[in-house]
Amino acid sequence: MKATCWMGPNDMQVREVPDPSILNRRDCIVKVTSTAICGSDLHLYNGFLPLMEPGDILGHEFMGEVVEVGPGVGNLKVGDRVVVPFPIACGNCAPCEAGATSLCENSNPNAHIAEKLLGHTASGIFGYSHLTGGFAGGQAEYVRVPFADFGPMKVPEGLTDEQVLFLTDILPTGYMGAEMCGIRPGDTVAVWGCGPVGQFAIASAYLLGAEKVIAIDRFEYRLQMAREKAGAITINYEEVANVVDVLKDLTAGRGPDHCIDAVGAEGHTHGVQYVHDRAKQALRMQTDRPIALREAIHACRSGGTVSVIGVYTGLIDKFPMNAVMNRSLTIKTGQTHVHRYMKPLLERIQKGELDPTFIITHTMPLDRAPEGYRMFNAKQDRCEKIVLKT
Amino acid sequence: MDTALGADSNGRAVTAAATEPPVGSALREESRPDRGTAAAYQRIVDADRGTGGESLANFLGAFSIGLGLAEFLAPYAINKVIGVKHPDDRSLTTTRLMGLREIGHGLAILGNQQPAKAVWSRVAGDALDLALLGRTMANPDNDRGRTAFAVANVLAVTALDVMCARELSRQPRTATHAKLEEGIVVTRRGVTVNRPVEECWAAWRDLQRLPTFMRHLESVTELDARRSHWVAKAPAGRTVEWDAEIVEEREHELLAWRSVEGAQVRNAGRVTFHPAPGGRGTELRVQLEYEPPGGKLGSKVAMLWREEPGQQVKDDLRHFKQVMETGEVLFSDATKRRGPHPAQPDDKPAQL
Ligand SMILES: NC(=O)c1ccc[n+]([C@@H]2O[C@H](COP(=O)([O-])OP(=O)(O)OC[C@H]3O[C@@H](n4cnc5c(N)ncnc54)[C@H](O)[C@@H]3O)[C@@H](O)[C@H]2O)c1
Ligand SMILES: [Zn+2]
Ligand SMILES: [Zn+2]
Repeated sequence: MKATCWMGPNDMQVREVPDPSILNRRDCIVKVTSTAICGSDLHLYNGFLPLMEPGDILGHEFMGEVVEVGPGVGNLKVGDRVVVPFPIACGNCAPCEAGATSLCENSNPNAHIAEKLLGHTASGIFGYSHLTGGFAGGQAEYVRVPFADFGPMKVPEGLTDEQVLFLTDILPTGYMGAEMCGIRPGDTVAVWGCGPVGQFAIASAYLLGAEKVIAIDRFEYRLQMAREKAGAITINYEEVANVVDVLKDLTAGRGPDHCIDAVGAEGHTHGVQYVHDRAKQALRMQTDRPIALREAIHACRSGGTVSVIGVYTGLIDKFPMNAVMNRSLTIKTGQTHVHRYMKPLLERIQKGELDPTFIITHTMPLDRAPEGYRMFNAKQDRCEKIVLKT
Repeated sequence: MDTALGADSNGRAVTAAATEPPVGSALREESRPDRGTAAAYQRIVDADRGTGGESLANFLGAFSIGLGLAEFLAPYAINKVIGVKHPDDRSLTTTRLMGLREIGHGLAILGNQQPAKAVWSRVAGDALDLALLGRTMANPDNDRGRTAFAVANVLAVTALDVMCARELSRQPRTATHAKLEEGIVVTRRGVTVNRPVEECWAAWRDLQRLPTFMRHLESVTELDARRSHWVAKAPAGRTVEWDAEIVEEREHELLAWRSVEGAQVRNAGRVTFHPAPGGRGTELRVQLEYEPPGGKLGSKVAMLWREEPGQQVKDDLRHFKQVMETGEVLFSDATKRRGPHPAQPDDKPAQL
């Protein structure tokens, strides 16, 4: 089969590789119909995540048709059309039973490595380094799905791939980012990053009752999408002296009640701070550039929530713990517990409350995945989200 | 009361009891944890007391041997590194002797029953090193920059040595140390399984099933109700075999076993089962002991790699949890085979 392989930083290749087979009783094999490139894939593409091997198949946002089921899977049959959550979760351990599926204790075969780096392990993830298990991803013609009796959700008739594909990751992620804020009537929410995750966080904050949502980025086409499609008030951080001051102006001094970091490890900014963070990163004195996170903490009103859905891959420098502690901020975070959001969000899509297709700017065949990675990484051609078709 | 020791500011007599601050309890009896439970948990901590400072000592021991070998085998290169421009026979011999001393320190730390003393002897050695470096520095022919760098390094190691020695002198001696001094390595690990105690017990008590989650075991054959035959994988494709007997068994609570007379590697183990608090399933704790070949030094060297047996027990327990909770041990494309492999399907189809 054809699969998108990571061959080294900034080197993606579509290669011919063996077809997957059933390795565990609760596996199924899915023939992929649509898959997408995620901002998280860019952290791998740019070489920020440790423990990659040349030849790793990437991709954790994918859907398709079941073509083979293991003997332990009773609820799926060949021909079912499914969307697959990006965290691999067993459904039996204590976190899974509590709905926190990205914390599954049984799905990372490399748990011993994760324990060394993180203290404890989190769940396995498709196509997302050996730290999360070394599972082949879904930017391929076929993919093996473990715990197939628990993860995949069947897609009802009458919905296109594009309408449901983002249930695998970024729609639940944006939603969870807003949900973790505990939004109350009158609340202002600020969202850093107008990538696909940021766009869905904005839309979700409105669904959950925010009075206004302010979005921050530097790409005008992304800010335009946030304004026109998701209803945000937007700040181009390259055009203002100080984002925090603008946010204070917008809230008459209070600061946003909740701040969502939808940027993560590869934050960008102008000026000295950026040079400092790039330099530290190059010297391996920190792995991540927590630029948006620092700003979110400073901007947030005292007693407010900082919700971190941008991915961090290692250690950060100059974390303003004094602001967090002295101003009673609450930090909430996590890889998304996708399983628990798929059904309710599918219902919202069916009812027409939410149309996730607005973020798609490019659709291309799987063969052109390397070009897609380049374009999405460089934010060229007004690229917001790329869907790959097999 | 007539045992008054003095009077307080109000002129009242103060009794012996009243001179101490009133001793009470933070909580009423009914809000405190059950005494037995709290004590049982405290014992778990106590079992690991006294291990602080050990990993540093092991590091220093290994460091001594490494440095010593370098000094003994390559004195010329070492002299160059510390800034001696033209090493003569005398300085080469001195370096070789220093090397022997380092090796001695290393073996003493690793093999000694009282690592604290051995580490203090390293501190004395450091002082000697510094004195010799001082002499090197005083000689105008030598490269002072390099020597100063060497001095800084020795000072840093000396600081570590002193820290470590003080730490070790402070640490209480425990049962684990006592065992170690008999040449026995002890490993303890625990896991929480989201299944009832009865189920976990039944799965473990069926000894023949152990190899399904203990990957280093090849087979366990039950000979009768108490005795069993174990075959374990050893490095280089070999196997180690022994007969074991159950020495204590309390249903749903505890199982303890040990190898019988004549085992190649003497070993013993015990596993306990407790209902985890608040309906969290079962807390399972394992303790394994074995006697590595090579006596006390062998066991110290094994302790250096203590991560290893500990890691194996941890992996085994993780697999036990997986089998109990999900029915099987999960593989990924990369972990289905040994050694590094990309996250990509294998060319030969796997069998279940
Ligand atoms: N928590 C989860 O489970 C989860 C799931 C999916 C994605 N993510 C993470 O979410 C993040 C965003 O993903 P995406 O797909 O939207 O990526 P993306 O690269 O398309 O978007 C990131 C955006 O952040 C903007 N940005 C950079 N620095 C900024 C700054 N200082 N202030 C404001 N904006 C800034 C960039 O211009 C870009 O538009 C990534 O870190 C990704 O890994 C997390
Ligand atoms: Zn993603
Ligand atoms: Zn689980």
